[in-house]
Amino acid sequence: MTPFSTPLAGYLLVAAMLFAIGLAGALVRRNAILVLIGIELMLNAANLNLIAFWRYGPHPEALTGMMFAIFSIAVAAAEAAVGLGLVISIHRHTNTAELDKMSRLKG
Amino acid sequence: MAANLDQIFIHLRDWLVAFLPVVLRPATGVLLSVIAIVCVFPGLFALTTVFERKGLGRIQNRLGPNRVGPFGFFQPIADGIKSLTKEDIVPLSANAGVHFLAPLVLVVTVFMGFAVLPMGRNMVLVDMDAGLLFFFAMGAATELSVFMAGWSSRNKYSLLGAMRAVAQMISYEVVLLLSSVSVVMISGSLSLPKIVDAQNQYTGVFPHWYIFTPWGLAGFIMYAIAATAETNRSPFDLPEGESELVAGYHTEYSGFKFALFFLGEYLAMFSISGLGTTLFLGGWSAPLSFLTFIPSWCWFFGKVMLSIFVFIWMRGTLPRLRQDQLMNFAWKFVLPFTLLDLMVTALWRFMGDGWLRWVVCTVILGTAYVFMARLQWRQKHIGPRSYRYAE
Amino acid sequence: MNFVFYLLAALTLGGGLAAVLLKHLVHSALATTVAFAGLALLFLQLDAQFAGFAQILVYIGAVAILIVFAILLTRGSDLPKGGVFSATWFVGLVIAAGVFAVLGWAVLISVEALPQQASVPAVTVHDIGIALVGRYVLPLEIVALLLTAATIGAVIVAMHEKGAPK
Repeated sequence: MTPFSTPLAGYLLVAAMLFAIGLAGALVRRNAILVLIGIELMLNAANLNLIAFWRYGPHPEALTGMMFAIFSIAVAAAEAAVGLGLVISIHRHTNTAELDKMSRLKG
Repeated sequence: MAANLDQIFIHLRDWLVAFLPVVLRPATGVLLSVIAIVCVFPGLFALTTVFERKGLGRIQNRLGPNRVGPFGFFQPIADGIKSLTKEDIVPLSANAGVHFLAPLVLVVTVFMGFAVLPMGRNMVLVDMDAGLLFFFAMGAATELSVFMAGWSSRNKYSLLGAMRAVAQMISYEVVLLLSSVSVVMISGSLSLPKIVDAQNQYTGVFPHWYIFTPWGLAGFIMYAIAATAETNRSPFDLPEGESELVAGYHTEYSGFKFALFFLGEYLAMFSISGLGTTLFLGGWSAPLSFLTFIPSWCWFFGKVMLSIFVFIWMRGTLPRLRQDQLMNFAWKFVLPFTLLDLMVTALWRFMGDGWLRWVVCTVILGTAYVFMARLQWRQKHIGPRSYRYAE
Repeated sequence: MNFVFYLLAALTLGGGLAAVLLKHLVHSALATTVAFAGLALLFLQLDAQFAGFAQILVYIGAVAILIVFAILLTRGSDLPKGGVFSATWFVGLVIAAGVFAVLGWAVLISVEALPQQASVPAVTVHDIGIALVGRYVLPLEIVALLLTAATIGAVIVAMHEKGAPK
């Protein structure tokens, strides 16, 4: 890992790496739940980006970054709930949770 | 003299730390406080196991353990030696890593919860601005360890017990959070020492504890119900009831790991009682204004032990609730009542001082309670007793 | 950069990698929890205490448990035949690497131009509360509506249909 001249660059690179890992997970795995896990990792990476910019930015007392991150956490939780509900419902119907098998609209 | 006795532990720590150079002093001070917490609470746990067994025994019209030591008070030593020397059996098909980590995660997260409890005047380990949120975050992390224990044992009954325990804990966690929010609304801060300071005032002789207000009493009762369910204590102990699921999610644990689960459960009980006394019972403040000569840490631990006594009493007296009864109770009665309590707290705040707000809040809460209880009754068909015999 | 940051970054990225690469789903979910915990600690290092504790409470206390419940309800313990990676895994990997390359390049060429506030922002929970009901009251209400809709929707989607043959 290259030495960073600023701490902000370090946090941004970690967030970028986590985002790439999440994206790889969402694209590469077969199971629907792992795709959702990848999406959650991507959202978390974006949150890290927001908080890092809030901390090192020019106006941290305006709390914009922190608010954005808190709302993002709330929305991500809601989206995970609905997504996992959908996966459970599809499993009940087709008895599988693999995305490769869900390639037809006929149910 | 009374003030000195009150701060005796702070003075002891400062005196011990003064032997070291200035650079090391803050870290050593914190380390000494941590050592004190790690020694005191497991010691209280040992005492509580004896109290529980003797208390339950007396409620059930029998003596508790009375062989080891005077009146059986050395029983925890015997229990400790037994659990340390028992063979540690791990099932062959169990997931060894997760099986090992589950009790560790439980004990670590429960110990972290003690860091924000104010155990006396100036006696809080870390005065965080968002102390209450930290406490609940640690409580949320405990649920995951319960699941890890149940799943890694590769045992259907363990998994079933773990799922039931997790479902119960998530439902009642919402109630716990909401009943604390009403306290936060009135005291204006999430920091626990400030909540205690807000209750540490006296009008005449009587203290301003939140339990002595209508919304505080309702909130405390909801908090107590949720606390009993969070720590899987009777009457909510279906996940670990001996007659139901052997030992639930810690069936496959033996020896020291089981002792760690036991320790974790009782420590969770202590920390949730500690939070309950901080939020509703005034923390370390004395009940009557002329009793402040008794040290503050005496009052805190006295109130916590009183709560533990009530837990033991409930365990010996009430029958166990079934899983669906438990969940119905949580979502259909306790949660709506807690939401109503939140609104009544807001009403209390905005009505200003005076006798009117006492009357209005009490009337609202009282009628809501009676109405909701009747609504729950109507759903049950209580008819004449019928019998079914095996053919 | 100090040692603690490297440790936390290694923990988070290790958890993320393990979550994506492990074959068994429950191990994957537990590795995700480790990644969430690492992120919460990174938030605490960035002096965002409220966000860090909210992350633990919401992600580890709720989302991780939700993922685990979903894995158990869809019988994720049986490993699928044909491997856990889809047939087009290489393309996905290339895309992810490409995205990381673009983001990393953007960060590295603009290192000097990035803002450098070094002092700790003095933010209390009181300020966050006032901001939530002052400046950000509209997002707060919308998120409340969204959460209600999501809860009702998730319950309806995952509910057993009445009278449907199993």
